[in-house]
Amino acid sequence: MGGYSYSELGAIFAMQGFSGISLFSVLLLMALGLAIIFGQMGVINMAHGEFMAVGAYTTYLMSSVTESFFPAFLPFYFVFSIVLAFLVAGAMGYLAEYVLIRHLYSRPLDTLLATWGLSLIMQQSFRSLFGAREVSPTLPDWLMGAYPVTDLIDIPINGLFVLALTIAVTLGVFYLMFKSSWGLQVRATTQNRSMSGAVGINTKKIDRYTFALGCGIAGIAGAAFTTIASTGPTTGTLYIVDTFMVVVFGGAASLFGTIASAFSIAQAQSILEFFISGSMAKVLTLLVLVVILMFKPEGLFASKVRR
Amino acid sequence: MSFVYDKLLGGKSGAMGLLVLSVLILIVFPLFLDNFRLNLVGKYLTYAFAAISLVLLWGYGGTLSLGQGIFFGLGGYGMAMFLKLEASSPENTAIQSTPGIPDFMDWNQLTALPWFWEPFNSFAFTLVAILVLPALFAYIIGVAMFKRRVGGVYFAIITQVIAVILTVLIVGQQGYTGGINGITDLRTLNGWDMTSDGAKTLFYYINCALLIGVIVLSRYILSSKFGRLLLAIRDKEDRVRFSGYDVANFKIFIFCFAAFVSAIGGAMFTLQVGFMSPSFVGIVPSIEMVIFAAVGGRMSLIGVVYGTLLINFGKTAFSESFPELWLFLMGGTFIAVVMFFPNGLAGLWSQYSPALLQRFRATPDESKQVKIASSLDMKEFN
Repeated sequence: MGGYSYSELGAIFAMQGFSGISLFSVLLLMALGLAIIFGQMGVINMAHGEFMAVGAYTTYLMSSVTESFFPAFLPFYFVFSIVLAFLVAGAMGYLAEYVLIRHLYSRPLDTLLATWGLSLIMQQSFRSLFGAREVSPTLPDWLMGAYPVTDLIDIPINGLFVLALTIAVTLGVFYLMFKSSWGLQVRATTQNRSMSGAVGINTKKIDRYTFALGCGIAGIAGAAFTTIASTGPTTGTLYIVDTFMVVVFGGAASLFGTIASAFSIAQAQSILEFFISGSMAKVLTLLVLVVILMFKPEGLFASKVRR
Repeated sequence: MSFVYDKLLGGKSGAMGLLVLSVLILIVFPLFLDNFRLNLVGKYLTYAFAAISLVLLWGYGGTLSLGQGIFFGLGGYGMAMFLKLEASSPENTAIQSTPGIPDFMDWNQLTALPWFWEPFNSFAFTLVAILVLPALFAYIIGVAMFKRRVGGVYFAIITQVIAVILTVLIVGQQGYTGGINGITDLRTLNGWDMTSDGAKTLFYYINCALLIGVIVLSRYILSSKFGRLLLAIRDKEDRVRFSGYDVANFKIFIFCFAAFVSAIGGAMFTLQVGFMSPSFVGIVPSIEMVIFAAVGGRMSLIGVVYGTLLINFGKTAFSESFPELWLFLMGGTFIAVVMFFPNGLAGLWSQYSPALLQRFRATPDESKQVKIASSLDMKEFN
């Protein structure tokens, strides 16, 4: 490591590590939704990235409306737009499940094709509605700037905020899936649909709300994403493969695995990015993942079930 | 004679289908289309190779690969590397700071030809590499995945990730691969001008001949005992495994064969279109290949050729006049195919074709079913 002193190297690791944490937050928010949809329900949702974009565009719309009509509201709008992003993306997910996904539960590979079609339609809708240009919302002042830890290390506030949001959402998902009776019904339904139906669980309703929840969380990811980068019609597509990788690598049905794999992927990529070019960092990270997956095809934290 | 008729051509209906397709691409298109359009059809037909590979792998094998672009790209890049080396002889590249190496290497401050480019100076090596390297790569992936019983959804996602890795690698290593622009400015094939209309027409016919050859070869594979086992694996993998077969080997073979077929398509693409770029390797082209197969009918070797032609004609026609409409239409078609006619165009054809044709087609199908049932006797296994 010629040319860098130890304190500088430490600072580099800290800063890259923190930018890795921002990436981790967005990846985890995306992957949480997908872990529910893909890991629990077995639906390959290629439109998941577009649901994220829905959340991002919702935030953008909200910011434009606030800016032109209620300027006084500007410091607070962001919190509301997170909720709105969740609701809008969730509602669209609800609709998508009703129209499309519910007919395809027995054919997982076909959900991939159908949702790819859906994602094409959504992408073009974004382009028609918002233009091909990338947009970004006006962020409230309190999200800007950085918090100086030492002389060399600055921690950006938006990263901290996104991290806090991610932790909150993760805890919420854990509570919903593992502590609430609704979560119990979801897990029962996804494990054995017909048996759950027989014991009186309304499986159709459970499916629909589970899918909507997954999409809603993608919407939150989109809202968080706007603090880090600008949004374009194809933003979702850029993240979809990474997100699938996170979920598969972690072990599809394990939420804890999803967190661990999102963290290791984001950190590996972000720290490597400093030493080799960004594209090679990505190649190396994905390559290592593929190799590990060949040895542990069920992912890092596979739930031990007999198949 | 009956061997040729039943195994290679697929009986009466198969032979008719192949005949109609051959007449269409070998006689009707060249007669009625100008050179530009014919070249375009030729380009589409190179995608049909990838679609056919997906019929074998996905329709019959039950394993969906979202990475056929990898093999299409490997074949295409193999051919492009040879042609590029031929186009950058020291005389042609005298103005460069290092004459004799491809122009993009010179722009990226490379002063010598990288070692893995060297063998592509030989046409014989290139031909072998185009056919063998993709299959070898598929073999490595296949052994690693199928021996560990990775399948279905996981296989699809991992092949997709490999496609991403390859694309990022090609785009990132500009000096070695030409980066995002790909390998362009290809001129001659063994000293013969390949950009002329005559050459392009010849490539078109070679392409058609190869396509028909691949269809016949695939028919042969599918009508053999291997083909029946492939179907059995798709439908009840465990039962085939319990009968004593090593399921993984069958899947590896069909994956390698599919890679081989896609690579032929890629190499023909380079010859016909005159360049190769990473935009034919990644996720989007790979999924588009799946679209061609799905729309044409994942169980029909001939249907997918029509599916490929139809989707690409549509794409060209619509993206010229209504670019916005195209993605809506494409997305809608895709959803409709999955939801309403999972067997694609070929399925619609056999469902709605006139009663006369139906009777004409029904006979060989029924006899085939009986044959499959009888072949499941243990006698034939031993």
